[in-house]
Amino acid sequence: MGKNNMGRRENLSIHSNPVELRQVRSAIEAGGARVGFNKKDCHAIALAVDEALANVIKHAYSGAQDKKIEIEIEELNEEIKQQGLKINIRDFGKAVEISKIKGRELTDIRPGGLGVHIRRKVMDEVVFECPPSGGTLLQMVKYRRNEQKRKG
Amino acid sequence: MPAAERSSSDDIVKQVRELSEAVAVDISGDVDLHRSPALRETLAKLIDANPARLVLNLSEVGYMDSSGVATLVEALQRIQRKQGRLLLHSLSPRVQSIFEIARLESIFEIYPSEDEALRA
Repeated sequence: MGKNNMGRRENLSIHSNPVELRQVRSAIEAGGARVGFNKKDCHAIALAVDEALANVIKHAYSGAQDKKIEIEIEELNEEIKQQGLKINIRDFGKAVEISKIKGRELTDIRPGGLGVHIRRKVMDEVVFECPPSGGTLLQMVKYRRNEQKRKG
Repeated sequence: MPAAERSSSDDIVKQVRELSEAVAVDISGDVDLHRSPALRETLAKLIDANPARLVLNLSEVGYMDSSGVATLVEALQRIQRKQGRLLLHSLSPRVQSIFEIARLESIFEIYPSEDEALRA
């Protein structure tokens, strides 16, 4: 796993191996804490990112564990109203068919299908792009709420 | 308390205790995309032995993702088909939160402690 710190941005490069997701969760939670999210929100953001990465592994890479996934974590600090965490996830696998992304109804109790719901529930912005070079770029943003403004 | 105890070779399941009217399972570590398949397999085997109640201790589970929740939903449905009950206890706030986000708290029987789960 490669790591490159650039101030308020952190770039991670992992393989599509579920073992490596734990390191990403830790980085997300650390970034969230620096921006001022409380523990519950840090955990929720890490969960949403984890679910997105799990979908990349399962769908874009069909379970292959040696493919590249790039993650950029940007800490948004400049304006209080815009404080938060922005996460970009870039894969180079099978492009997502955006029209087919659909979470299941929560009243439909069955295993699976919760990842999309979690992502939508937790994050404020979720944008999929299909770059010309292939794969998918997923951009997600979570803004801090006013009551979580950092003290001092 | 335990009529019999045995340790599991799979480290996600720390211990399985066969009690008089229940099987108690201590689960340990992250229950995520990497480790859920092992838990799924273990729970399926335990349920296939037709316990009246399967009691899962989640106190040492630090993280659970939707694959972990899916594993528990599958176990719940499997044991219900056999007229059994799945009971969860000692959820950490982090694990509790995914049940809340997925709105699954009402689907599972969740208790604060093992004693309360066993009395239920």
